[in-house]
Amino acid sequence: MLKIENLHVYYGVIEAIKGISFYVNEGEVVSLIGANGAGKTTILHAITGLVPAKKGRVTFGDVNLLKMPAHKIVSWGIAHVPEGRHVFGQLTVYDNLKLGAYTRKDKEEIEDTLSMVYKRFPRLEERKNQLAGTLSGGEQQMLAIGRALMSHPKIILMDEPSMGLSPLYVSEIFDIIKQISESGTTVLLVEQNAKKALSIANRAYVLETGRIVLEGSGSELMNNESVKKAYLGE
Amino acid sequence: MQVFISTLIDGLNQGSVYALIALGYSMVYGIAKMLNFAHGDVIMVGAYALFVSITQLELPIPVTFLLCVIISATLGFVVEKLAYKPLRKATPIAVLITAIGVSYLLQNIALLVFGSRRKMFTPFLKLGSLKVGGISIPMISFVIIGTMLVIMIGLQLFIKKTKTGIAMLAVSEDKAAAQLMGININRTISITFIIGSALAGIAAILYSAKYMTVDPYTGSLFGIKAFAAAVFGGIGSIPGAMIGGILIGVFEAMTTGYLPGNLTQASDGFAFAILIIMLILKPTGIFGTKRIEKV
Repeated sequence: MLKIENLHVYYGVIEAIKGISFYVNEGEVVSLIGANGAGKTTILHAITGLVPAKKGRVTFGDVNLLKMPAHKIVSWGIAHVPEGRHVFGQLTVYDNLKLGAYTRKDKEEIEDTLSMVYKRFPRLEERKNQLAGTLSGGEQQMLAIGRALMSHPKIILMDEPSMGLSPLYVSEIFDIIKQISESGTTVLLVEQNAKKALSIANRAYVLETGRIVLEGSGSELMNNESVKKAYLGE
Repeated sequence: MQVFISTLIDGLNQGSVYALIALGYSMVYGIAKMLNFAHGDVIMVGAYALFVSITQLELPIPVTFLLCVIISATLGFVVEKLAYKPLRKATPIAVLITAIGVSYLLQNIALLVFGSRRKMFTPFLKLGSLKVGGISIPMISFVIIGTMLVIMIGLQLFIKKTKTGIAMLAVSEDKAAAQLMGININRTISITFIIGSALAGIAAILYSAKYMTVDPYTGSLFGIKAFAAAVFGGIGSIPGAMIGGILIGVFEAMTTGYLPGNLTQASDGFAFAILIIMLILKPTGIFGTKRIEKV
């Protein structure tokens, strides 16, 4: 479904991503794990066009995503929940959600998706007229996910959804990711919380300084000695 | 009392025109994060367009108004495309210098085409005046203030209620996230320049109707004062531009009206003096806010 081949990304002269290849099949949850600065976020940014790639190919189905301007990506069915949530704090929860459906035309379908999102996140409905900036961190994360779902994506890219959240919220967010996957949306998850990320992943890749060093099923990597040592703290 | 009221109305007039221009500065700053110093000169070009279409082409007045707004809006759009868009990734200082360059370019083109002599309009809005309790208030004053109010309300509704308006707010807050929603940043910036410049065109009509003159420098001092108004109200804020414009206009009229003769000469300076005091007391302006980002 999503295929990344030999991707190279530079920040100035620094090569942040050094020729990475991986793929995500339809219906899967795929996790990218790795330490800070390994290049996880950069990969997602290259997929959705927020940073330019120097070399390589990114294809979604038959569509070549590289060279496509960032604002055209979402209408192909790719939603990106950015690191640090990036909700529009000066806008209401409702306006944030409506912006998620910015590229969609059918008003009725948008309403259907909205009630689906409200059903999944009742707290967002309670606070729909509140400014997004006044929500708690966990609620903002839910809003960021809800906003991404509003585009009715085929695949959702999530960047550190558990970052900075209390343990209770972390579990809730991972439950939600599982539900999203079960409802038929493919998930590409980037996480520092390796344990949680591996536990819900069909497959996963381990990233170190811009390279993929390990890959396997979620459970394989959970039992891998070096992963245990480096990322699971066992 | 009579002097006070007519001075106040004069100030509200002047302030309304400042407010319309300040909106252009503020919206462009909010969305493109740049100071468009050529914005004032759009008014000058609009005023010349009005002058030519009234006195030389002798078109019907409503058509000349429309033409003035369309030419101003087109100018804003073209300037952004040619001069600012190529600099989207350049440093802010490069963009600022370019904007100042565009400002001089427009002034010099006007000098070449129309010469430096001030052109006088033939009166095109004959509205007469209203007598209230011994004070004669020109009707044009009500037209100017009314136009400004209608535009402010309309603009607020547009920005808060329409899809395009909300997209503009999203771009002004977070460009990357806005792109992830599918919002085209370049298109949004173009729309902002078109709206801002159309408002400058309206300001040109109101200004010309009141003062009946235009010269190549008409826009520059006016633009700078409107810019001061935008900063005073809190740049990026629409109500701020309105309040800032009105306050600067009223303050200016009051200083011109009440200060002893030789100090009146310095009334331009007073507008900036209150700006400086304001910035010392509240650096973000009246409605400006510091954004707090939750991480």
